[in-house]
Amino acid sequence: MTRPVHHPLIDVRDLARTFVRRRRIGRLRRTTDTVKAVHDLSFTIDAGEMVGYIGPNGAGKSTTIKMLTGILVPTSGALTVAGLEPQRDRVELARRIGVVFGQRTTLWWDLPLRDSFDLLQKIYRTGPARHRENLGRFVELLDLQDLLDTPVRQLSLGQRMRGDIVAALLHDPEILFLDEPTIGLDVISKGRLREFLRALNAERATTLVLTTHDLQDIEALCDRVIVIDHGTAVYDGSLTGLHQRGGSTRTLVVDLVDEAPPIDVPGATTRRVEGPRQWLAFPADASAAPVVAAVAAAYDVADLSIQEPAIEDVIRELYSTPPAPPG
Amino acid sequence: MAEIQAEDSLSARGHVGMYAAIAGLWVRAAWVYRTSFVTLVVANGLITGLDAVAIWIMFSQLDLLGGFALHEVALLYGASSLGLGIADTLIGSVERIGEYIRTGRLDQMLTKPLPLLLQVCADQFTLRRLGRITQAAVVFAWAAAYVDWTPARVGVAVVMVVSGGAIFFGLFVTFSCIQFLTKDATEFANAFTYGGATLTQYPLTIFPREVMRSLTFVVPVAFVNWYPCLYLLGRDDPFGLPGWLQLCSPVAAVAMVGVALLTWRAGVRRYTSTGS
Amino acid sequence: MSLHVAVATRAFRRYSTYRAATLAGIFTNSVFGVIYSYAYLALWAANPDAGGYDAVDAVTFVWLGQALLMTVALFGGGSTEDLAERIRTGDVAIDLYRPVGLIGWYLASDLGRAAYHLLSRGLAPLAVGLLLFDLTLPVSPLHALAFVVSLPLAVTLSFTVRFLVACSAFWLLDSSGLRVLSLGFALFFSGMTLPLVLFPGWLGTVAEAMPFAGFLQVPADLWLGRHEGVDILARLGFQVGWIVVLLAACALVLRAATRKVVLQGG
Ligand SMILES: Nc1ncnc2c1ncn2[C@@H]1O[C@H](COP(=O)(O)OP(=O)(O)O)[C@@H](O)[C@H]1O
Ligand SMILES: [Mg+2]
Repeated sequence: MTRPVHHPLIDVRDLARTFVRRRRIGRLRRTTDTVKAVHDLSFTIDAGEMVGYIGPNGAGKSTTIKMLTGILVPTSGALTVAGLEPQRDRVELARRIGVVFGQRTTLWWDLPLRDSFDLLQKIYRTGPARHRENLGRFVELLDLQDLLDTPVRQLSLGQRMRGDIVAALLHDPEILFLDEPTIGLDVISKGRLREFLRALNAERATTLVLTTHDLQDIEALCDRVIVIDHGTAVYDGSLTGLHQRGGSTRTLVVDLVDEAPPIDVPGATTRRVEGPRQWLAFPADASAAPVVAAVAAAYDVADLSIQEPAIEDVIRELYSTPPAPPG
Repeated sequence: MAEIQAEDSLSARGHVGMYAAIAGLWVRAAWVYRTSFVTLVVANGLITGLDAVAIWIMFSQLDLLGGFALHEVALLYGASSLGLGIADTLIGSVERIGEYIRTGRLDQMLTKPLPLLLQVCADQFTLRRLGRITQAAVVFAWAAAYVDWTPARVGVAVVMVVSGGAIFFGLFVTFSCIQFLTKDATEFANAFTYGGATLTQYPLTIFPREVMRSLTFVVPVAFVNWYPCLYLLGRDDPFGLPGWLQLCSPVAAVAMVGVALLTWRAGVRRYTSTGS
Repeated sequence: MSLHVAVATRAFRRYSTYRAATLAGIFTNSVFGVIYSYAYLALWAANPDAGGYDAVDAVTFVWLGQALLMTVALFGGGSTEDLAERIRTGDVAIDLYRPVGLIGWYLASDLGRAAYHLLSRGLAPLAVGLLLFDLTLPVSPLHALAFVVSLPLAVTLSFTVRFLVACSAFWLLDSSGLRVLSLGFALFFSGMTLPLVLFPGWLGTVAEAMPFAGFLQVPADLWLGRHEGVDILARLGFQVGWIVVLLAACALVLRAATRKVVLQGG
């Protein structure tokens, strides 16, 4: 694949960030550890991409986002975002990006949502017409019309998260960074959020970088995944490629009406049997439909559900299989 | 560096406007809980009132404290309290940066296109500290009745209040920066900030000469009220220092604010955010 | 009883983990001690037996004040802060259903905290004061003993007041106004701002009769040897009397609060 000669929107080269942590040993003595939160990290992201940045807890996702948004200075390496150097040009960069941290709100707790949005218009000096138009559109897409005059403290977590996303988008950022946006949300809220982000990218070509440890977020949104583990990228490519390379599997959980010997259908292997419940593994990149159809045709099924592979399992698989030849 | 960039794109007036907009929203938020707001203003006023009563009680025991009469000490006290009250009202939240770091609030501020210090100062702006300013103004006004006012003295008085606010601003910002390095030692800063404020409530003549020296040349809180008040009262410097020092409050204020901004910038550069 | 000892020990340990904070606090206490010492020296230079103290008594009073500031929680804090938080979040319902008394539990914890604060932020500034200034030591073993006895009484007394203020959160949506007021009163009427012996006329009479006097003025006067014989017992009795009254008030308030929580679910 050849790239046209141009500057990527985000360019990260050999990025590293270490933290020094003080720890007490014994009653009085202290020692310092250095934690390499991020190291040897390089990637580029083009305008309009939707990139999932995934990895287990403590992998270095938030640290990377903080460096990309100008919150943290890198220990070493080179970094440009929208042609700017994030820490040096923090204020200018802030006008061109939107940032949302899951489970933390920038909204005024005791005041109606609308008041927070109005203040943001002043802070970003967005033109009144532009502000009105954006507010109208986002509020409609995220179904917040009836909540604009509700104090933030009365909103549910999902509603508040939607409010925070509107807040991050009112100034038309080129890039939206989301750090664990779906954490703690219920299934419906997650779904609505993903739908909105897709629409945003389609409508405005906003570049999306989101961190998560939920593979379903990625599946719903991103053509490209960067997997980070222990501070460095271990995979960069498509989700399908990730599953193929890692040989990861999804699991079909079948509740039969009666107990039965291990189910035998093509395309899946039974991993576990517990009374009437059975766990069937099938390749993560294959469709579940034929397996489900085969099971339903041969057995009396009470209930079915699909378990996505956990990110930890995918990463373990990545390590245990030799890297696929480039091609 | 980032702060300077912002300066380019946003005028000083613009900064004041932004501050006012953020502060205004906090005032509205506080007004949601009217009763607590009013109780707190009254409670703060009462408490600071007791502080002034203490000075009156002291003078029920004596006529001169360190060579200064009640109305002179009241002038010192009122002037210092006004400076502290103004600084505390405008930038009170800067003492909270340790908490802002821990909760990730500082991270969020760093993603907004405004100078960080402006955002920190405006955050959780509250008018409840008006209690202190009111009390200080009353004490100051009472003591001012004894001053033999001339146009020059009026000028010095105005400059004194502004410089006093600026010196305390500098002091609070500078010492709050310790919180960028460690989360345990906030009380250490109190020795300098509130310690300095407490010292200025008395005539410096009651302290050893070294105290006067350090408050003039190291932590310049003597310029908050001591030197300008000597001018207002038409008194010679009890330590025999030259009279022009009495007009130097703005210089001390500019120096203190300069130190504060440099320290702040160094602190932000060493900022390490919070884990998790 | 052994449960309460365990609770107190745990509180002691909990506070002793904040080592850097303790050092910073000792430094700050010492700085304020120096400032007030000079202020009082100037006052007593102008009026050598103001309030019946001499200059050495006055400076000793300053350092006792710095030593007891954290111990007696004159600035607030302590276990009652945890209680206020638990009332705010509703977790207090669990405490109310526990078999052990809530007051005893929180009092034990506060005494454990006070013990730590006395040993660290009490003794250290006092040692600094002794190094820098001429201070009086207790005039006799009896007075020293009386002082030592009055300390846990002072902590308990301060606890009851803080407990009542914290409990106001059962009824008030926001009790911070009341808290600020009670802190201000504690600082002023305990003698922390100025020894109560300086308060003129009726103000002095009122101040000496209020429970806050038992926070600092009473222990300090015992140390300074201002009382002899039966008077010593009377001063300790003053603290005990207020403790009994205020503990009863705590119990009543708690009963009302329990009824409120049980009936209305918070
Ligand atoms: N401000 C900080 N100070 C010290 N250590 C940190 C800090 N931020 C992150 N770390 C450490 O760096 C590593 C990566 O953290 P983080 O980027 O938050 O991971 P993730 O977001 O993937 O869960 C972890 O070991 C974490 O404990
Ligand atoms: Mg994270």
